[in-house]
Amino acid sequence: MTSEVPVPAAVETAADEAYFTASSWTLMRRNLVKHRLAILGGSVLALLYLTGVIAPGFFSTHDFGQRNNDYILSPVQRIRVLHEGRPHRPFVYGLATSRDPETFRRIYVVDKEAVFPIRLLVRGGDYKLLGIFPANIHLLGVEDPGVMFLFGTDELGRDLYSRTLHGARISLTIGLVGVAISFILGCLLGGISGYFGGAADMLIQRVIEFFGSIPTLPLWMALAAAVPTAWPPIRIYFMITVILSIVGWTGLARVVRGKILQLREEDYVLSAKISNTGEMRIIGKHLLPGFMSYLIVHLTLAVPSMILGETALSFIGIGLRPPAVSWGVLLQQAQNIRTVALSPWLLIPALFVVLTVLCFNFLGDGLRDAADPYK
Amino acid sequence: MLSYIIRRIFYMIVVLLVLSVVSFFIIQLPPGDFLTAFIENMRAQGTVVSEEQILSLKKYYGLDQPMYLQYLKWLGNLLQGDLGQSFQWNQPVTELIKERLALTVTISLISLVLTYLIAIPIGIYSATHQYSLGDYAFTVFGFMGLATPNFLLALVLMFVLYKYAGWSVGGLFSPEYVVAPWSLAKVVDLLKHLPIPLVVIGTAGTAWTIRVMRGCLLDELKKQYVITARSKGLNERSLLIKYPIRIAINPVISTIGGLLPTIISGATLTSIVISLPTIGPLLLRALRAQDMFLAGSMLMLLSALGIIGNLISDMLLVAIDPRIRFENQE
Repeated sequence: MTSEVPVPAAVETAADEAYFTASSWTLMRRNLVKHRLAILGGSVLALLYLTGVIAPGFFSTHDFGQRNNDYILSPVQRIRVLHEGRPHRPFVYGLATSRDPETFRRIYVVDKEAVFPIRLLVRGGDYKLLGIFPANIHLLGVEDPGVMFLFGTDELGRDLYSRTLHGARISLTIGLVGVAISFILGCLLGGISGYFGGAADMLIQRVIEFFGSIPTLPLWMALAAAVPTAWPPIRIYFMITVILSIVGWTGLARVVRGKILQLREEDYVLSAKISNTGEMRIIGKHLLPGFMSYLIVHLTLAVPSMILGETALSFIGIGLRPPAVSWGVLLQQAQNIRTVALSPWLLIPALFVVLTVLCFNFLGDGLRDAADPYK
Repeated sequence: MLSYIIRRIFYMIVVLLVLSVVSFFIIQLPPGDFLTAFIENMRAQGTVVSEEQILSLKKYYGLDQPMYLQYLKWLGNLLQGDLGQSFQWNQPVTELIKERLALTVTISLISLVLTYLIAIPIGIYSATHQYSLGDYAFTVFGFMGLATPNFLLALVLMFVLYKYAGWSVGGLFSPEYVVAPWSLAKVVDLLKHLPIPLVVIGTAGTAWTIRVMRGCLLDELKKQYVITARSKGLNERSLLIKYPIRIAINPVISTIGGLLPTIISGATLTSIVISLPTIGPLLLRALRAQDMFLAGSMLMLLSALGIIGNLISDMLLVAIDPRIRFENQE
């Protein structure tokens, strides 16, 4: 019996037409754009990567390593727009220092006489744009002898705002590099596990379960403690990413395996097999693209745990160490609660950690909703 | 059922053996062995270490033997409950970590129980009142809880309490009870100190569990059997408890396996920040000092906790979910 199904095209509007002919990536993009939090998260992340990873020198107000002995643990200088009750272009007041007569602790007093207007594109300390081009133009700055410490300064009088921006370079890239390593491992091992099954699957599954059941942090600590302290920072950085990926790949491998198990039963895989296509080519060419969107979601959600891992390890002193600058390294100074109580601005890098993780989670959530456009 | 349990236990023993190899391997990773570091340290501090002492130490730990023999010896002692000797403290490892391990387990378990007690009802509320004010509030809490690392939460809590309440938070006991033998008063003192560590350790897990519970229950609530039951006039409360919650709770239970290692991780870091007398701070010190037996044993024990947690969650699932039970009977 062959009953005719009514042709839907007859009642289609132009909008439907556009929907039916759109590629799955187009549909995903549309879904994502509708997800406001994801767009917000993505935008904030773009801003963080721009200011912190691409051009921290340009956006910072000071040289991040420069010690200002006159301004040790200086508090946050507020940007003001009112001078003597009247509107004024954005400026900061100068800082006058004195000593506490009893504790001899340095006290900073806002000097309401000294007004330093904030200027755009000022010349200041030298830096290298993208690590290559020498430059000395900074987005914001004040004229000498004024100083502008937007996040205060640390125990050596270094500008925390500039250090936070520079710290982003390590903190924000370590997650990406770590995820890239996990991605390769996860796809490879998860792919083998799901596609071939049998003994390889059994073995890889056990390894994944093994990593899943041991607490991550003690393992990371033990591995990080084994990294020789005498190594140059770049090598330590690389080792830490490898350590973070050792656990990171397992989640990804699980996703890849599950999806492959589902996809390998599809007709097009069978036809590829019949046409004598190589195993690796089937995995890479026919299976991987089938769940690329899920991989991207998983990767987005995997970045924050890497960032948190680096921060935690550096914070307790077995990850990156000064003179390397990362958010975890900056937070090392905030370990002592009495220091924090006197200089709460030392916790500002923590806000950036939380903000970054939050944004990655929002973006990942939006991507997850968008990943399956045919739902 | 019984054969399943036996199989799982057998499998767990294999995993524990692998774990012991991994632990042993990891603590051998740092260049030089702990003895060199130890002797260097002693000499740097001006203590004279005689050749005989070195030799006797080497012999005691079997350091003159090849690696696999060292491992076998370590494993053999481990099985007899002898975890070796700590260098840094010059005490048997067992002595050093006994009480700390007990406290770690206690804190982790209490956190786990509290996490479920708090998160499951909130998850149910969030799902049944989707998009209500409460749901939004808990969603925000969930995201914040997941995004804030344990140690930061600890720092901020300590800062706020110190600054505004004048409390100096830290440790699990008041000074007078730290070395005192266990007594009722000491337990009461412990209970007074517990809330802050528990809040810090439990937040991330609670946030996560709320999300899982809410998501699963929302999926179930859309299903037709719920609509059928409702249309037949079943009252909402008993409907919820009888059907969708029982199904939605499965993924939550199965996360115990993943949650326990997470809690132990969190507890390790939190303990370092608020200096709790648990395994965490000791592990960090041991790792830094290359105190091999101490670090290795602690790594091994913490991981074993996670693996045992996994086993328990699988058992629970079998007990709760008839589908798994019957599948395993075949």
